[in-house]
Amino acid sequence: MKNLAQLLREHPFFHGMDEEHLEFIARCGQNCIFNRGEYIARENAPADQFYVIRDGKVAVESYVPNHGSLCLQTLHSGDIFGWSWLFPPYLWTFDGRALDEVHAVRLDGKCLRDKCDEDPKLGYALMKRFARIVTDRLHTTRVQLMDVYNQQRPPLDSGQ
Amino acid sequence: MTPEVFRVEQRREEFPGTFTLRIRGERAKNGSPAEFQPGQFNMLYAFGAGEIAISLSGSPRDRDGYVHTIRTHGFVSQALERLQAGDLLGVRGPFGCGWPLSAAKGKEVLIIAGGLGLAPLRPLIYNLLGDTQSVRNIRLFYGARRPDEMLYRDELAQWAGSMEIVQSVDHGDADWAGHIGVITGPLAGAELDPQNTVAFLCGPEVMMRFCIQTLTAKAVPESAIYLSMERNMKCATGHCGHCQWGPNFVCKDGPVFNFAGVQSWFNIRAL
Ligand code: FES
Repeated sequence: MKNLAQLLREHPFFHGMDEEHLEFIARCGQNCIFNRGEYIARENAPADQFYVIRDGKVAVESYVPNHGSLCLQTLHSGDIFGWSWLFPPYLWTFDGRALDEVHAVRLDGKCLRDKCDEDPKLGYALMKRFARIVTDRLHTTRVQLMDVYNQQRPPLDSGQ
Repeated sequence: MTPEVFRVEQRREEFPGTFTLRIRGERAKNGSPAEFQPGQFNMLYAFGAGEIAISLSGSPRDRDGYVHTIRTHGFVSQALERLQAGDLLGVRGPFGCGWPLSAAKGKEVLIIAGGLGLAPLRPLIYNLLGDTQSVRNIRLFYGARRPDEMLYRDELAQWAGSMEIVQSVDHGDADWAGHIGVITGPLAGAELDPQNTVAFLCGPEVMMRFCIQTLTAKAVPESAIYLSMERNMKCATGHCGHCQWGPNFVCKDGPVFNFAGVQSWFNIRAL
């Protein structure tokens, strides 16, 4: 079985990171399993971790009063879940719920935050990678908001 | 070219505002209607209303008639929507250049459809599934607005036995087991052999633009990407200029284009 450092090393998100930093991040990590329906994160709760999803599906949701949970996005094997641990006020912005059995690596964001303050090189390396995740999510959210399929005209219909 | 009279054999509501007509030529009792290539289109004439270009979405091997999936949008499609089994309409076609099947030989095939874009891709899927030996594998990435706004749901379930299907919707519901989010997400995460991949795309232009960015970021060559464009059509025979797109007439040179050849036009706004 692969150790955590090995797992992280092979993950595209951590490509190019210093070996010493990877080893440190791996020491802040542990394997975990969530059962279907279990919450991995709750909106507004302290965000002190993030997750590398190894297997299974996670719904990123928001609770709408009188409506229920609204799923904004699903995350899958290979995705990173959680960036709120890196930015004040360090609170989850959405719920995260396991849609089936989820196997993940939980990384201790609190411990990493402290280390990032001490070691700006590690801080920059992580910030760059998480900024990429945040911009990717912003991009997909914008595309969703464009509601492109609704505006779609029938194939080749001149609309007359 | 004058329209031939066809009769609606079957009408099926895909979801509100989108329907599929199966039509059969009145004169075709003694012979089959003209053959078509996946990706081609017909001009459908709703008597008293006008004509619109609609992609062929049935099987090219089905020689008894044509199948068209239509979304109600304008005056003509509204008139077509009112047609019931037994009603008549006019048909000109098939027109245009379709999907280049030869480009798929020996390749990993990615079929990327958005919303109604699955309709012009369905004949291609039928052909590829009828000859799976000729390609390495087939994967379908299909994005739609909601689960109940996906086309051909029964067939999607059937096809899943023969090819990998990744479905994504903007808004899911309690029963939805696929992805939620834009289709570029799962596409970006897909493992592929870029030099041995060919991609066929059809959907809203914005969606195709982002999918092309995702594909090229994964090192799929521009020349291995084919897309189907839509523009206003009138004559459908390359004479009136209504469908002009850069130096191309979509009706005659397309609707399927190789991205490498149209890249400069694709990026110009409002062309
Ligand atoms: S529709 Fe007339 S030239 Fe294309």
